[in-house]
Amino acid sequence: MIEIQNLTKRFGPVTAVANLSLRVKPGEVLGFLGPNGAGKSTTMKMVTGYLAPDEGMARICGHDIVADTIAAQRTMGYLPEGAPAYGEMTPRQFLHFIAGVRQLSGAAAKAATERAVAGAELGSVMDQPIDTLSKGFRRRVGLAQAILHDPEVLILDEPTDGLDPNQKHAVRGLIRGMAKDKTIVISTHLLEEVEAICTRAVIIDQGRVVADETPRALAARSATGRLDDVFRQLTTRDTAGAVV
Amino acid sequence: MSTLGPVFKREFKSYFATPLAFVFIVIFLFAMGAFTFYLGHFYDNGVADLTVFFGYHPWLYLFLVPALAMRLWAEERRSGSMELLLTLPVPLWVTVAGKFLAAWAFAGLALLLTFPIWITVNYLGNPDNGVILASYIGSFLMAGAYLSIGACVSAATSNQVIAFIVSVVVCFLFTISGAPLVLDAFRGWAPLPLVEAISSFSFLSHFAAITGGVIDLRDVIFFFSLIGLFLTANMLIVDLRKSG
Repeated sequence: MIEIQNLTKRFGPVTAVANLSLRVKPGEVLGFLGPNGAGKSTTMKMVTGYLAPDEGMARICGHDIVADTIAAQRTMGYLPEGAPAYGEMTPRQFLHFIAGVRQLSGAAAKAATERAVAGAELGSVMDQPIDTLSKGFRRRVGLAQAILHDPEVLILDEPTDGLDPNQKHAVRGLIRGMAKDKTIVISTHLLEEVEAICTRAVIIDQGRVVADETPRALAARSATGRLDDVFRQLTTRDTAGAVV
Repeated sequence: MSTLGPVFKREFKSYFATPLAFVFIVIFLFAMGAFTFYLGHFYDNGVADLTVFFGYHPWLYLFLVPALAMRLWAEERRSGSMELLLTLPVPLWVTVAGKFLAAWAFAGLALLLTFPIWITVNYLGNPDNGVILASYIGSFLMAGAYLSIGACVSAATSNQVIAFIVSVVVCFLFTISGAPLVLDAFRGWAPLPLVEAISSFSFLSHFAAITGGVIDLRDVIFFFSLIGLFLTANMLIVDLRKSG
């Protein structure tokens, strides 16, 4: 369960996220959409405790992210934008580190790692330094890290960016498989992804929610019935100058 | 607290994942030897003690310790792994302490590897091994103080070169704060107690007191408080960056 209320973040004169409120329930896969710079990543950074909000609050499974950061972070798996990792480590060492920090040890750590590795299909590259891996594999290392402790809440910033169509398909299958009892938020630029795995689509623009519906209902808003037409309608109106 | 182990281990191992550990230790040992035997005329002195050897430690640390510390935070920030690190359920003080202790342990390892000179001096004569032990402890404490300065400066930037240069300058001021170069700048106008306070920050005089063979609690407390002070500042800097 994620509860976001009136979340606001300003960088100097720019308001990146403005008074954003959302509730995401277990079983939902929320597709977080919006043009570049709309505030998707900033929102995710605040919800995961990396950035402090200027106003408002976010609660993860009942834990306030500002007042009770560690408890909130325990319940969450997070794939940051660009899937950062420690490049000199191999996926095996990296996941071992994550398991340690997540306080998993012995058999529990082994089982969790095996499950995450199988889920992210990392088996073949476990002993190569992460720096030498392709973009797709690096993304999957980040994904394995996020799902390692089988978290109740998953926040994934562009989980399929840089993957080939087969890998995308696999990752979507993985997310769909976990969706039953978890609360999942993914940000993406791929509208077909939203149609494929999301139960709910939220479009934000200039830090504000401009649409919040099922992907199907959203697509139906346009005469063509296509999600990207709706997306363009909703987000180019007042940013026309910036988008071109 | 139990997350300190994984944070420490990852950081410590990261020195050995690249040639950094090897290069650092080789240059450290080579420079120690060169200073002691050529500049310090170790043999010509005809005295079986390590005063000359320890006398060069502050000057060597001045350049080598910032090189060890500069990557601690700057590298995390540059590569983006900072976001991963700060969204894992680890209290900030544990992260700060784990990183610092890893670097300090590495510096301690380099220091331990100077043991051949201890064997040499014992072979040549009958040195006061109590004084040598005290000097080693003093040198280790001083390395920790330099490191805490380097860690704190590294947290303020994503550029390792800037982190290195600023650390060297700050470390230099602390090293010689008892010397006329620093004190003359204050003598004309500042009240005497302030001038004395500044001069009491000198690493050189505290280290010299310990290498004299007496581990005075005041000198130990001095180095530990300085470490505490800079690590607290380190924490505050990381935390401030959160509010963007």
